[in-house]
Parts: sequence; C-alpha cells; structure tokens
Amino acid sequence: MPRDNCIIEVEGLYTRFGNHVVHENIGLCVQRGEVLTLVGGSGSGKTALMRQILGLDTPAEGTVRVFGEPLRNQNRQQIQNMRNRCGVLFQKGALFSALSVYDNIALPMRELRMLDEDMIRDLVMLKLEMVEIAPAHANKMPAELSGGMIKRIALARAMALDPELLFLDEPTAGLDPELSDGFVRLIKTMKSELTFTIVMATHDLDTLVALSDRVAVLADKRLVALGTLREVINTNHAFISNFFCGVRGRKTLRSNNSILNSIL
Amino acid sequence: MMPENQGSSSPLVLRRVTGAKGISCVVVEGNCTLAVIGERIQQIAAELSQLASEPELRWDLTQVAHMDDAGAVLLWRGWGGHQPRYLFVKPEHQRFFERLEEMPAPPPPVMRNRLWPITVLGKAVFLLWAHLVSLVILAGQLVLEIKYLAGRPSRIPWREISANLYRTGAQALGITALVGFLIGVVLSYLSSRQLQIFGADIFIVNILGLSVIREIGPVLAAILVAGRSGSSMTAQLGVMRVTEELDALTVMGIPHSLRLILPKVIALGLAMPLVVLWTSAVALIGGMVVAEIQLGLGHKFFLSRLPDVVAVSNLWLGLGKGIACGMAIALISCHFGLRIKSNTESLGAGTTNSVVTSITVVIIIDAIFAVVFADVGLR
Ligand SMILES: Nc1ncnc2c1ncn2[C@@H]1O[C@H](COP(=O)(O)OP(=O)(O)O)[C@@H](O)[C@H]1O
Ligand SMILES: [Mg+2]
Repeated sequence: MPRDNCIIEVEGLYTRFGNHVVHENIGLCVQRGEVLTLVGGSGSGKTALMRQILGLDTPAEGTVRVFGEPLRNQNRQQIQNMRNRCGVLFQKGALFSALSVYDNIALPMRELRMLDEDMIRDLVMLKLEMVEIAPAHANKMPAELSGGMIKRIALARAMALDPELLFLDEPTAGLDPELSDGFVRLIKTMKSELTFTIVMATHDLDTLVALSDRVAVLADKRLVALGTLREVINTNHAFISNFFCGVRGRKTLRSNNSILNSIL
Repeated sequence: MMPENQGSSSPLVLRRVTGAKGISCVVVEGNCTLAVIGERIQQIAAELSQLASEPELRWDLTQVAHMDDAGAVLLWRGWGGHQPRYLFVKPEHQRFFERLEEMPAPPPPVMRNRLWPITVLGKAVFLLWAHLVSLVILAGQLVLEIKYLAGRPSRIPWREISANLYRTGAQALGITALVGFLIGVVLSYLSSRQLQIFGADIFIVNILGLSVIREIGPVLAAILVAGRSGSSMTAQLGVMRVTEELDALTVMGIPHSLRLILPKVIALGLAMPLVVLWTSAVALIGGMVVAEIQLGLGHKFFLSRLPDVVAVSNLWLGLGKGIACGMAIALISCHFGLRIKSNTESLGAGTTNSVVTSITVVIIIDAIFAVVFADVGLR
C-alpha cells in the first residue's frame, strides 16, 4: 500500500496507566476512505487507543500521526484545522448538558465563524433529519432525552462540519436493533455521498460486518490481526475464534455466506 | 477519473457559458464542500444570488466532484430556497436537494410574554415557597429517620458520620485558625488604640472576651464552614444526581436521607461547636498577643481576668449557635444538592445558591440568638 495514503499512522504505541499496561507496540495505518473497525473485549483498550489518536491522551511511547502531521509541536491554527476535519462520537455522547439539542449541533458551525445564522439553521435541521430526530425535540435539553436519542444527536453533532475523518466509539451500543440498522444504513448513505474515513470501535457484529472495510483486533495488549474481515477470521487466535465463530458470531455471519464458507 | 487526493481539493468555480441558441448556462465545477469553500463562502453566496435572479438560467451541476450538506445548503439558499427551473445534477447529488425540499421547518422560538416582570416575580415567590416547603419536608424526614434509628441502633451510619466529622471538622481546623488569629489581632489592635485614649487599657479583656466568644468566633466559623463544607456537600450530591448514583442508591433500597443527609447533618452539628470553640480560642490568643505588645498587658493577667468579666453563659451561647448553624448549613447544602438537575449549568447555580443561602441563614440565626438571649450573659 502506498505510504502517503495513510490518514492515520500509529507506530510503536505503548499505553500504561501506572503499572497497568494496556497496549504494547501497536502499529496501525488507516487508509483514506476506508472504514476501519477496532474490535476487542471490554477493557482491551479500544477507547484508550482512540483517545490517543485524537490527542486527548499522550501515549507512553510511540508516535501518532493524523493527516500526516504529528499531534504535538503544532501551532494553534494547524490544530484547529485538524480538529475541524475530524468528527467524534463519544461512547456516552458527551452532549453539552447546558445547551439545547439545536445549540449542541450548531456549536461547531458557529465556532467556524463563517456561516450565517440562517444557513446554520438549515444545516442543523438537515442534520437532525439525517439522524431521524423530529424537529420538535430541537429545543429540548440533553437531560430530557433517551439514551438512543443522545447517541443520534451526538452523531449529528459529530457530522456537523461534514468531517473527512469520523471516529465512532461504540456507535450502536444502547440502540435498539431497528435504530442500529438505521444507523448502519445512514453511514452507508453518507459513505456513498462523501468520501470520508471512519475509525469505529464496536462490539456489535452486525455493524461490523455491514460497514467495515478492514478490521483490527485488539487482544492480549497487542494488535493480533489487521485486515479484511475474511483475513481476520482466518487468523488463528483464541479471541477471534470466540468472537466470530461463537454461537452469536455464526448466526450473524450466516447472512454473509461467503465469509461463513471461508471459516468452515 | 482524477486521482482522489487532487479531486477532493479543487476549488468551487461558477462559470457562465452561452450555448449555441443563445441559452445561458451556469456550470458549477470543482468541490462543493465546506472544507473547500472555506473563507470564500460570502463571495460565492453573493455570486449565486446574483445569478439566481435570472429564472431562465440553466444550472449544470454535473461537473461537481464532491458535495456535502453545507455546500448543498449554500446553493439552495442562493437559489432562494427552491430548485431552479432547469437543473442538471448527478443522481448521487440529487439526494441532497430532495432532502432539502423535504426539510421540516424549525420549531418556532419561544415567545416572550409582555407580562414577564409579573410572571418572573410570581415565579420567584413560588420558588421561595417551594424551597421552604421542601426544606421542612427534608427536616421532617430526618426526624423520622432518627426515630427509625432509635429502634435499630445497629443501622446508625457510623462510618459516614465519622467520615463527615473528619472532613468538615478536622480538615477545617487550619483555615479557621488562620482567619481567627488574624481577626483577633486586628480587633485587639484597633480596640487597644481607642482604649489607650481613655486610659481604659484593662477593658480590652472585656471587649475581646465578649465579642469573640459571643459573636465573632461562632459567626466566623460558621461562614467559613458554610463556604468550605457546604459547597462540597452540595457539589457531591449534585454530581451524584448527574451520574445517576442517587437513583442507583434508591433502587438498592438505601434512602438518601438516611445514608447521605443524616450523617452530614449530625456530623456538622457535632463538629461545628468544636470548630467554634477552636476559632474563638485562637482569636483570643491573637488578641492576647497584641494586647501584650501594644498595651503591655501580660497574658497571665488576661487569662485570670477573662472569667471574671465574661460570664460563662456566653460560651454556651456561642456553642449553641455553633450547633444550630452547623445543622442548618448541612441541611441547606443537602437541600440544594438534591434539587440539582442533571446538567452542568444547574450544578454551578445550585452550588452558588447553596453557599449564599447558608451564609445568609447563618447571619439570620445569629440575629435570632441576639434577640432571644438579649438578657443572658451581659452585665
Ligand atoms: N484514565 C484511566 N486510568 C487508569 N486506567 C484506565 C484509564 N482509562 C482506561 N483505563 C484502563 O485501560 C483499559 C482499557 O480501557 P478502555 O480503552 O476504556 O477499554 P474499551 O476497549 O472497553 O474501550 C481498561 O483496563 C481500563 O481499566
Ligand atoms: Mg470503550
């Protein structure tokens, strides 16, 4: 693969919390335009890795490059530009509790200081429609919303500036199957309209199978497999065989026969 | 097809061409995305609305490489909120305009009533009433809890009480000592200068003894504790509300009033008189030091004269104020803590209100004591 096609490069990354080692020597390259899914057991460090890629935490060792630039040693303007090109959906939504739904989505647009209020209003209503939230909810506060609505509004906020790079941390956790199918459809539609790159952490096999171009498996503190779903499934590792070939895994994969055949 | 990298950064261009039969057409080329348009947004908007004033113009969007919502909205607004009569667009971009056409109207903003001064005042009165009622209910609940505990002493939350005693009492000793000492020094210095004028140096003992033990010690300690422990109690309960910990306790069958509030009220009721005693003592020491330096009044003399001029009932009065203020502060802080809603704004406002109310109530309690016990301990 051509090196310059990497939108995110992670090299030799170590994460430690005190004595607790979470990652050992992780190397990863996310290519432009792909959907890369991070899977791993609960507590395997998916969120921790994503936070380091985003520059929210600093790795104990190793480097992270996003859009080809290291995260540190950049001036304010460069960092701001990079942030405007990324959208993040946090695991718990992280909506600003003091702002209404409307203002939460409008905030990143207002911070750009280029769009006028009329245009922002149209864009916010578009984003709300995109995530299937009725306009009647626009003036509600986050505390008045259900968990699934918070997720969808947080996604609308992450998409506010139509980012090139989207981070989704457990996007379908806490959504009912209907909504989570809707979510998958939504991401697929957006992918067909825009070229953007998605890094997603998920437990949900349906979402994983439907969306991922490549899958990265975190287990035993390392990246034990990285490749297309078929390549990953054929990797010999206890976690992978449990996760994909357990009862639930087979049921999900049955809908995707070609992959199932490749395991058998 | 162009390589992807180059394709996603070519700028947006509006080009007007006139066809063979004199039909004008606007060709839109490049990328119609927010990242590419960037600072040129006003200029492009102006260009668009100028072009859109000719209804017969044809619009050719088939040369647009990428489009996003912001780009689509920009075009849409330029056209005046509807599609132009003649529009040619790639099928994958057609969807943006279909979505815009179906876009629901935003909900109307909430109108402000012209009677708002009256409604605001009325709401404030009702709010005050609601506060009073729920404070009384909370106090009543605590009384019921005490009655319940009297029957089952094994259920008394000793650990919580002792933790609160340590946090509100022991950890407050440093700051109360510092402030008490400084106030004692200042008070003694100012009074001794005045007394020297009349040659009434010896009355420094009366002035310091009475004012510190009866008034300044208790009020100072109560205000410091209200700011220090009151705010932390409110914030603790507030964060527990935000993180749904309060609800988790409820579903486990652990009542808040028993495990969270009662220990705080009891602990502060116990700790406050001790903190008052400590603050008064340190303030007197500060005064004594200055009296010795300024007036040459030895500390042995000061201490031997103190019990003669200040009746011991003043000390009981000070400690009584301590108990009352301590329990009131804890009760008010918990009351505001429980009222916090699960958002950060409310957390900040609740903490402020709690501290302001506690300090006000401390002063009010002091005034009530002054009136009720006007004849006690004064000669
Ligand atoms: N701030 C922190 N301090 C200490 N340990 C942490 C911290 N954040 C995460 N961890 C630990 O790192 C590991 C990975 O956590 P996380 O990335 O949240 O897992 P997940 O894969 O479920 O998202 C866990 O064992 C967790 O205990
Ligand atoms: Mg996680």
